[in-house]
Amino acid sequence: MTGSHAPVAVRLDPRVGLDALVRLLAADGYRVLGPVVRNGVVEYDDVMSGDDLPTGVTVEQAPGRWRLHHDDSGLRFAWTPGAESWKRYVFPARQEVLRIRRTDGSFAVTRPAPPERPFAFLAVRDCELRALAVLDRVELDPSHPDPRYAQRRAGTFIVAVTCGTPAATCWCTSMGGGPQPGTGYDVRITEAADHHGHRLVAEAGSERGAQVLIRLAATAVDEHDLAAVRSVAEAATQSMGVRLDGAALPTLLADADDSPHWQVVAERCLSCGNCTMVCPTCFCSTFSDHTALTSDGSAVVETVREQSWASCFQLDHSALGGRAVRATTADRYRQWLTHKLATWQEQFGTTGCVGCGRCTVWCPAGIDIVQEAAALVAERARLNSAGDFRT
Amino acid sequence: MTRPTVAVWKFASCDGCQLTIIDCEDELLAIAAALDLRMFLEAGPSELLDHYDLSLVEGSITTEHDAERIRDVRERSGLLITIGACATAGGVQALRNTADVGAFTAAVYARPEWIHTLATSTPIADHVKVDLELRGCPVSKEQLLATITALLAGRRPSVTSHSVCVECKQAGNACVLVAHGAACLGPVTHAGCQALCPSLQRGCFGCFGPSEAANVDALHATWRATGLDDGELVRTLLTFNAAAPVFADGAQRVQFRAKEDV
Repeated sequence: MTGSHAPVAVRLDPRVGLDALVRLLAADGYRVLGPVVRNGVVEYDDVMSGDDLPTGVTVEQAPGRWRLHHDDSGLRFAWTPGAESWKRYVFPARQEVLRIRRTDGSFAVTRPAPPERPFAFLAVRDCELRALAVLDRVELDPSHPDPRYAQRRAGTFIVAVTCGTPAATCWCTSMGGGPQPGTGYDVRITEAADHHGHRLVAEAGSERGAQVLIRLAATAVDEHDLAAVRSVAEAATQSMGVRLDGAALPTLLADADDSPHWQVVAERCLSCGNCTMVCPTCFCSTFSDHTALTSDGSAVVETVREQSWASCFQLDHSALGGRAVRATTADRYRQWLTHKLATWQEQFGTTGCVGCGRCTVWCPAGIDIVQEAAALVAERARLNSAGDFRT
Repeated sequence: MTRPTVAVWKFASCDGCQLTIIDCEDELLAIAAALDLRMFLEAGPSELLDHYDLSLVEGSITTEHDAERIRDVRERSGLLITIGACATAGGVQALRNTADVGAFTAAVYARPEWIHTLATSTPIADHVKVDLELRGCPVSKEQLLATITALLAGRRPSVTSHSVCVECKQAGNACVLVAHGAACLGPVTHAGCQALCPSLQRGCFGCFGPSEAANVDALHATWRATGLDDGELVRTLLTFNAAAPVFADGAQRVQFRAKEDV
């Protein structure tokens, strides 16, 4: 929002208005990515029209469990995000880094071209906006920026959405966020369905966002619409409560490294790495070379270097001198939880966790990061009161 | 680059892994050109050399004769790489290890006294030194090619031993276990297949054997919480990698807990 102009906010029809927004962004040259239902989950993929987005879809989430339900409500944003996050687009699971081709007595290196169009992300929750900010902090650090990330991230148009139906596993309110995105978006949509009708309230958060809304030529909002935006956000916030004091976790977990609780978790932990793969801020990656055979078999002439997601649950993640430093599951779970909730702060000046709950939902064993952190905090408190606290 | 001499050997197996080599249709001419294939009965070559730079070994050891033969193969080989679940973990035929082979032979053969077989099916590494193991029933064509091209380039093959879940999430699949309650061994199974089965919306049945940090007890708890059957978990664990210790011992504990609960 710039200058002294009145904020631009319009009322959109949940079907026609959303469709117009998708088409306008595509016409403006963006690669529009939004939620789609596929194989019983919500993913993010290319969308061509408003009809590609879910309608009447809700989600039931619990530790280790995710179920999609359909109803005839016609609601467009009553779902919560699945395992997929926007990370896949700004930091792909597998990407070519360079290609080396041997030519007569020399070699040539080519790098993949940057994306042809900037992304427009549709239906970005507050937790996901904050996750992008966490990734930006890591990947765009001036001392060692990732050029591929920078290219993919440049010019992203963000259509945020107020999260009206947080899941039981969501805990953004404990991690410095909330159901309503407050900043960092171009357009923010809030879905309202009350006695004034079912509509989407779209508010601009940037100059280019305002321009898009103006060109949609939609009805301006009235006071009922703005009141609905407030009440949707308030109801969602109240339904969540605060499960842990996220800001205090770096201190509370600072000396938990020798806790017996890590072994308790390790007995339930599959060490499969799902939590790290679905985490919208986990950025660990590895590089591997792939060599093609030529049809004459004379020589290996082309090698592709690929970057792919890696996990601190992999043994080779901590391999030093041919052996894993974090050899046990307890060691690896400790690394994951304490980095995410505590030492990230020290390393990057932000928390590594945005409270989206993906690691809990998509853990097949249903290990709840909040419960485990709370158990550690409680254990620390007990030791502290018993005078057994290390200084 | 000189073309390395290569042998492909078969022990107790179904030939599926050898067929995977022949199944490299687009790359077959390149492989034939890059490698000097001297012994590969399934495909034709049958030259017995004193030395092969590389031996690919399919199958498990189930007879005295094969136990002798693998030692001979080892002596003739520079690098020895096992291909597939039989060579690496004893294969489905390792189900005999906990059963009565005499009864099997009597049930199947008209003249069981003509059958000279061992009581066990054991992996190649139980008999000779193995330089690299490629898992799977059958092996993954992509992993096989990646291994061959890495060796040709003088690079260490990058065979990762983490769970199938890592590849499954990289592929962007919906988790069949969490989202659909499907019976899936992915969290305890060694990667390398690019999550083939979950990519087709069905559960992993563990044909690559145990992953590096497989926790079968935790998977049992997960299956129970999902409402899946103990018996199915035991049967799935004891299929292609029945003798892999982590799966065999894990299955035994599942059976024990199932009995305790009755």
